[in-house]
Amino acid sequence: MSGDPNIDAGREAIIEFRSAGYRLPGGQVLLRNLTCTVSRGETLVLLGRSGAGKTTALKLINRLIDPSEGEVLIEGRPTLQWDAIELRRHIGYVIQETGLFPHYTVEQNVSLVPRLERWPAERVRARSRELLALVGLDPAQFLQRYPRELSGGQRQRVGVARALAADPPILLMDEPFGALDPLTRAEIRREFQALQQRLGKTIVIVTHDTSEALLLGTRIGLVEAGALKGVYSPHEFLRSEEPVASAYVAQLHALEEFERGK
Amino acid sequence: MNWVDFFSRHGSEILQGTLEHIWLVGATMLLAIAIGVPLGILVARRPWLSNPILGSANVAETIPSLALLGFLLPVPWLGDRADRVAITALTLYALLPIIRNTAAGITGVDPAVREAARGMGMTPRQILLQVELPLSLSTVLAGIRVATVLTIGVATIAAAVGAGGLGEFIFRGLAMVNNQLILAGAIPAAALALIADFLLSVLERRLRPAR
Repeated sequence: MSGDPNIDAGREAIIEFRSAGYRLPGGQVLLRNLTCTVSRGETLVLLGRSGAGKTTALKLINRLIDPSEGEVLIEGRPTLQWDAIELRRHIGYVIQETGLFPHYTVEQNVSLVPRLERWPAERVRARSRELLALVGLDPAQFLQRYPRELSGGQRQRVGVARALAADPPILLMDEPFGALDPLTRAEIRREFQALQQRLGKTIVIVTHDTSEALLLGTRIGLVEAGALKGVYSPHEFLRSEEPVASAYVAQLHALEEFERGK
Repeated sequence: MNWVDFFSRHGSEILQGTLEHIWLVGATMLLAIAIGVPLGILVARRPWLSNPILGSANVAETIPSLALLGFLLPVPWLGDRADRVAITALTLYALLPIIRNTAAGITGVDPAVREAARGMGMTPRQILLQVELPLSLSTVLAGIRVATVLTIGVATIAAAVGAGGLGEFIFRGLAMVNNQLILAGAIPAAALALIADFLLSVLERRLRPAR
């Protein structure tokens, strides 16, 4: 493992991709030769276009798919040696459309994993209230509502609360704020940043939004056409000479110039 | 003969026929649901089974009912009792809408919901019982409603093999060229169908997931 520039020597690797690849049964390669590690408490943002393979990489972590090449290690153990169900309950998962269960109340949605894990009823109730408060929703007002009675932003908060329910050490987020309007998006992103610092989880976020990557990531992994182009700190990313990275940065600067022009 | 006299003479017979009819339809529906829903789930899970399963149910649907009853009569055990023959034939007719709607209901579940359920670490069984089936309940019920109404109508033909029910009056009326007797079978059967349709549609609306 030594000599790999991606390994942060001082810290414990929680997620480790070792030449991981994924091919569809038809032969189409979605992701190839991905090597990278995520240390405890770090937030890795996978940035790239739609279809670049970011979501594929994410799904390799919680075994929604299994690697066709290489391996993925979670807490030092290859995912294939984990029981898929146990692994997924160990990892929080937030997706863009939230995937809240329409026939469950907010409380039932949020308490899903604790109930699957057969926590005692009292503890489940207390945890649901605590979680809603954590994501900035008033429990008294929201616990008994159904997802259809929530705004997009509220739904996304519930989605985050549900993922955090059993206090998983790892959190995966696939375009978590993608479906929100820009203002709600900025607001939830800020709150999420605060939450991130408080909880100290190991987080992997998938996004195609450069400013989101810069704001939320402790490191940014640039994914292009099924391959990882490089991993940068936000500062390195802004100064990177790599053509794809600088294209993202240029697009950011275009916006700034427009503002200055006014 | 006026209707008052007719009913005072045949009232208890009509009631008896109606109860037999309800028994035939009830037994058929329980059997058809017990077979159709699992088959529908199978079709949703294994799309390659969709053609063979739905195709067979479709073929059963096209066999003329009198002929189907005739085919079943010589079958051992089944042929021993008229109601067994009738319920088997009726079940074959009732299967298609139930299988089709169950499969459609489950395939229609929002992929994001299924993905979230998997990602949360629900087992396939938990996903089916706690997510997919509850979310497709109203669609499944719509299939059961269609099948029930269909069965109430077709069950009148069961009288041809002596399985009783309201068809008795219709067949007797046909033989005696007596319209009153035909109506004595047809009107309660139509009423049963309307009542079943209404009750099941109320249930279906209450179970429909609001989005």
